[in-house]
Amino acid sequence: MAEVLVLVDHVDGALRKTTTELLTIARRLGEPSAVFIGSGFDAAKEGLAAYGAEKVYRIDADLSGFLVVPQAEALAAVAAQASPAAVLVASSPEGKEIAARLAVKLGSGLITDAVDVQSDGAGGVSTTQTVFAGSYTVKATVTKGTPVIAVKPNSAAPEAVAGAAAEVTVPFEPSALAQSAKIVSAKPKEKTGRPELTEAAIVVSGGRGTGGDFSKVEAFADSLGAAVGASRAAVDAGWYPHSHQVGQTGKQVSPQLYVACGISGAIQHRAGMQTSKTIVAVNKDEEAPIFELVDFGVVGDLFAVLPQATDAVAAAKA
Amino acid sequence: MNIVVCVKYVPDAQAERTFNASDSTTDRVNVDGLLSELDEYAVEEALKIVEAGEGEVTVLTIGPDEASDAIKKALQMGADKGVHVIDDAIHGSDALATSLLLAKAIEKIGVPDLIVTGMSSTDGIMGVVPTMLAERLGLPAVTFASELTVGSGTVSARRDGDVASQTIEAALPALVSVTDQINEPRYPSFKGIMAAKKKAVETWTLADLGVSADEVGLDAAWTKVTSFEARPPRAKGTIVKDEGDGGAKLAGFLAERKFI
Repeated sequence: MAEVLVLVDHVDGALRKTTTELLTIARRLGEPSAVFIGSGFDAAKEGLAAYGAEKVYRIDADLSGFLVVPQAEALAAVAAQASPAAVLVASSPEGKEIAARLAVKLGSGLITDAVDVQSDGAGGVSTTQTVFAGSYTVKATVTKGTPVIAVKPNSAAPEAVAGAAAEVTVPFEPSALAQSAKIVSAKPKEKTGRPELTEAAIVVSGGRGTGGDFSKVEAFADSLGAAVGASRAAVDAGWYPHSHQVGQTGKQVSPQLYVACGISGAIQHRAGMQTSKTIVAVNKDEEAPIFELVDFGVVGDLFAVLPQATDAVAAAKA
Repeated sequence: MNIVVCVKYVPDAQAERTFNASDSTTDRVNVDGLLSELDEYAVEEALKIVEAGEGEVTVLTIGPDEASDAIKKALQMGADKGVHVIDDAIHGSDALATSLLLAKAIEKIGVPDLIVTGMSSTDGIMGVVPTMLAERLGLPAVTFASELTVGSGTVSARRDGDVASQTIEAALPALVSVTDQINEPRYPSFKGIMAAKKKAVETWTLADLGVSADEVGLDAAWTKVTSFEARPPRAKGTIVKDEGDGGAKLAGFLAERKFI
């Protein structure tokens, strides 16, 4: 069976959930091979084996401080060696950039933002994407080269399957171009202890209706173990950081539960959350377009509704 | 400093966007189109850089006749000249073909010090064409810039990521994609609108770029849409009015759906 390469998404060897999702998808298409770049290999290896990686390609170069070019070069080097049936990466901004450079290098078709990937039964892949602010579902396939697919988080339930995780070290030397762009400094964001927005099972978002006070939104999110999002209006007003913006120009999320608080539901916002499984809204304006999307809606003041709901959730969990 | 800004003519996101039934491509003709909102930030940033120093801004697009509207808007904002790549054979091109055409056009213009793009289009929203273009031209790419500083021979940008806010530096020539956080795009002034009428727009075909028709377009695409389907409207949900018990009802719904 042909190998399917999975670029391991990790922080110093701690696997991100997307990696186990990608390994699970890779198993549908062929034999999963993980490609590990960076530090923390020993910590990562066990997790990769537990989710079915039969091989683990290890790139030993220290690429910290560089942007995506060396990772694309390293992945291309592994692809040349493995002749894979497909290459899967996480559909994050960084993952998509790596995929873009890789697709040009391999002369291969690229599909991004896939929410499902299946075998087409003829050795190829069939992907599913949602487009035009979630109003259409599109199925697509790659017709030339090695399919390179960027897959969104939460696109598969990770399945634990033992894999051999046979280690293959790949010698690698980044090119001059790879070194022409560098991260010269980085200021870490304050840690909130909340889950990452795009990976969270539950997202609670606030908009214009918060008037800039996100405390009730955050308290409700914390009662549910949720990530906190914000509408563009709230971000543009400077009430919440841009990295939390849900919408066309922010994050596209697809959680099990999305709670929109004081958000009217403009197309810009819908583009980022319309594919959520269950949608709940709290808004003072009963005419707000967000109510067209919801499974459950409360017409009311979020400053009254959310604290009561927060207490009820806490009581139910106690 | 000379800058090329790549822009796209897209169907208006406020309109009912759809596909052509015959070949599953985006309908760009029967839906009102405009300069992609996210490209306005790229045009604005390029104008600011040139206004602070010297040089000129060339705006480049690929698309059908209507796409000239995207160039016109950029010229009205203040760009100096336009290049419109137009050819029937381009219809249905995917990201790889688009990046190939942009690369060929930029080589014909003359690779500038800086190429500026938006963070993604508002229709396809893949966000990969800028990086593909940089790869084809052998240039570094600084993507998702929320702040840009051009020095002598280098460009530096602030990028706000999930875990950190980074400062990135690249050697010129380079490609930069900018977010909607970077500036406030200007509206064309009356003077700008009048001046735009006199600005030169060149139209180039595939032959002008030395690209053969079988390298681009739907039949040559590296990817293929096999089907598209309008998502069914969401079933009408339950809406309650808060009469002092809205929060409790909300929690009740979440319990019923097993979220708590």
